[in-house]
Amino acid sequence: MEIHTPLTIDKCIALKAGDKIYLTGTIYTARDQAHKRIVEAITRGEEIPFPLQDNIIFYVGPTPAKPNEVIGSAGPTTSYRMDTYTPFLLDRGLKGMIGKGERSIQVIDSIIKNKAVYLVAIGGAGALLSSSIQDAEVIAYPDLGPEAVFKLKVEKFPCFVAIDTEGNNLFSD
Amino acid sequence: MKQINLQEIEEELYQEIGKVGIVLDSQVKKKLECSLENETSPLAKEILSDILLNGQVAEDLQKPLCQDTGVAVFFIEVGSDLCFLGSLQETIDSAVRRAYQDFYFRKSMVEDPIFQRRNTKNNLPAIIHWSYNSGDKLKISFAAKGGGSENMSRLKMLKPSDGVTGVKDFVLETVKLAKSNPCPPIIVGVGVGGNFETCALLAKKSLFRSLTDSHPQAQWANLEAELLQEINKTNIGPQGLGGNTTALSVKVEYLPCHIASLPVAVNIQCHSHRHFTLTF
Repeated sequence: MEIHTPLTIDKCIALKAGDKIYLTGTIYTARDQAHKRIVEAITRGEEIPFPLQDNIIFYVGPTPAKPNEVIGSAGPTTSYRMDTYTPFLLDRGLKGMIGKGERSIQVIDSIIKNKAVYLVAIGGAGALLSSSIQDAEVIAYPDLGPEAVFKLKVEKFPCFVAIDTEGNNLFSD
Repeated sequence: MKQINLQEIEEELYQEIGKVGIVLDSQVKKKLECSLENETSPLAKEILSDILLNGQVAEDLQKPLCQDTGVAVFFIEVGSDLCFLGSLQETIDSAVRRAYQDFYFRKSMVEDPIFQRRNTKNNLPAIIHWSYNSGDKLKISFAAKGGGSENMSRLKMLKPSDGVTGVKDFVLETVKLAKSNPCPPIIVGVGVGGNFETCALLAKKSLFRSLTDSHPQAQWANLEAELLQEINKTNIGPQGLGGNTTALSVKVEYLPCHIASLPVAVNIQCHSHRHFTLTF
């Protein structure tokens, strides 16, 4: 099933844990240090690099692009490290995260409360996944190197719905 | 005294670091193909196929297998009859710096772990373990160790009375706690004995063994086989989404230890198992 961004609430509700989806549109990258900075900026009342409402964050720190490439290898990093920040961002409109691995109870509760979804892509398949990325631009925190915030244009980016709006969880049997 | 040509070493290290970051290890590939045949879960099969396809794409596009191109870890054995006209440490640093730059690998080291966390931007420092022995050989083993699997590694000082059962329970507990996080299917390196620091080192070193070998001593080989079987019964599966392929191989190594101690360490390796050994 192909899903286009923005990821509005009605699109979220239609997704069920276990669904394989192909994501098309704009998504943003952020991992450990970018999350810290974004949350700190919001707390101080400052602007953040991209609007959270109906958007998706992809947890990734890509390898550098070669001169003829859009982006280097770009697979998901482990999500639990972002658990501390995720409910804060979901409460402010974020609708989806792409990562790998399980989430905390607090994140799952926040996903249910905010009717958001958690998506997983295949960890360690960064070369393959990068072929679904059509455009990449650093939009914030370039000093962080691979941890900078990128705006990505993806086309049919493959992932699985791991936690849906009702809290059904692909990880727990 | 045999003179070591540092320039030749740097060039070979540079090329090999580049190659292992891009080309899927042939033994991992075989193990994945074999697992694909034995898997019963359709989702697990799909994931294993995609991991294999990723290897193909990486090689075709000359792109890193994974965006986490790892910390550069070295084990170096220096023979006593060798003569170096220069610094081997500097040679290694230069090979790492150049390879991570020229092959477009990610630089993943930060200077200060808790305050600034500023990226060093050249993937240095490398982590180097030196050992010295007799002879005129220089052996350099390298691994590009990813953070996701390293984060799931653990060490525990068991009681001698915990014995084999204690060791097995700790390994299984570690794999179960890690679940989907280290990108299963994984390779599990176990160190038993030694002391606090050598036990961890042994676990890491065990990951350099061939994926197809067994420990030369029967009781340790049996322990490896039993652990692999138990780990693959957990139903963690590829990416933690179920299936019987959680680990591709288990390696156990041991060292003598204190009469009061039974240290055990588990170092987890993801399926991007990037390593090589060169002998000069």
